[in-house]
Amino acid sequence: MKTLPDLLHEHAFFKDMDEDHLAFIARCGENCIFNAGDHLARENAPANDFYVIRDGRVAVESYVPNHGSICLQTLQSGDIFGWSWLFPPYLWTFDGRALDEVHAVRLDGKCLREKCDADPKLGYALMKRFARIVTDRLHTTRVQLMDVYDQQKTSLDSGK
Amino acid sequence: MIPAIFRVEERNEEFAGTVTLRIRGEAREVPTEFNPGQFNMLYAFGTGEIPISMSGSPADGNGYIHTIRSHGFVSRALADLRVGDAVGVRGPFGRGWPLDQAAGKEVLVIAGGLGMAPLRSLIYRLLSGTPEVSRLRVLYGARRPQEMLFLTELEYWSRRMELILSVDHAEGEWPGHIGVITGPLDKAEIDPDNTIAFLCGPEVMMRFCIQVLTAKALPESAIFLSMERNMKCATGHCGHCQWGPNFICKNGPVFCYEGIRRWFDIRAL
Repeated sequence: MKTLPDLLHEHAFFKDMDEDHLAFIARCGENCIFNAGDHLARENAPANDFYVIRDGRVAVESYVPNHGSICLQTLQSGDIFGWSWLFPPYLWTFDGRALDEVHAVRLDGKCLREKCDADPKLGYALMKRFARIVTDRLHTTRVQLMDVYDQQKTSLDSGK
Repeated sequence: MIPAIFRVEERNEEFAGTVTLRIRGEAREVPTEFNPGQFNMLYAFGTGEIPISMSGSPADGNGYIHTIRSHGFVSRALADLRVGDAVGVRGPFGRGWPLDQAAGKEVLVIAGGLGMAPLRSLIYRLLSGTPEVSRLRVLYGARRPQEMLFLTELEYWSRRMELILSVDHAEGEWPGHIGVITGPLDKAEIDPDNTIAFLCGPEVMMRFCIQVLTAKALPESAIFLSMERNMKCATGHCGHCQWGPNFICKNGPVFCYEGIRRWFDIRAL
């Protein structure tokens, strides 16, 4: 059976991370399974952890009154869900809902924050990885806002 | 250069403003062979002529199938055609997808929005087993599920190929990815030595996809894309579609990225 450090080691987010750091981080984690429809996070609830998605899909959603939930993005195996634990007021910004059976590693954000404060090298290594995730998501959002499919014309059609 | 008269035999509205027409020559002996990726010049009488890719099976032999989005005057006139109406056809023109280079390889088909139309012909051909490929994956991105082309057919085909669907926005139960197509593309395992990628869609989408593919070490020589510019004569004479040293109508519309990289990144060219 794979240990938690093994599982983290396999995940793209922790690729090439120092083994000592990985073992250190793994001590803040636990395996978890969500069924379809379960919430990993609720908007405005305390964000004390984040999830390393190993298998399954997670919808990042926002609830719109008189309308229902709107899915902004789906995450899948290889993705990370949650960075609200990094910044005050440590509240989830969006809902996270399992779309099918989700296998994940839950990492305790409070525990990690304390470890990062105590070991700035670990903190920097982790922040660099989160910065990459944040910029990737920003890039995705910008492309979504460009609405590229609306700009296209019929294939090979000058439209004139 | 003289259009042959075809008549609309079937008309299917894919979604608002986008139709698929099956057209058949009035003179039944008009040949309708083509290579996937080629296009015809369709003439809406009294309005004008535009290039439209074939979206049907190259093995059909039962006329041509074209998918048209109502956008300008001519495409609107074509999309408004009804069964029995006449349309002028010149073609087929251009160079299609390089099927010979796909033999034995893992094929990655990346379609965006209406870009699925010319790629459907390619998928038909690849599913027929000529050439035989070691793996076929189709990534299809669109704005919303309701604006995806040939969805029922694609889902049926997903038994024989890997299909990954992605939309920018979706409500309700949508089984695919929500986000941009580069997300699932980034997650896809690619063997850079044995993969060939075929892309068609909005140019900006192809640009972002190429960034992902090259970051995964796929050689530029293994990336092929279908370009579009304003075409008029379709035979490389009028110069309307000149793009760098190439005429899209004659040297394309399918190009190898390695050969057109210099022009691809020049703005407003």
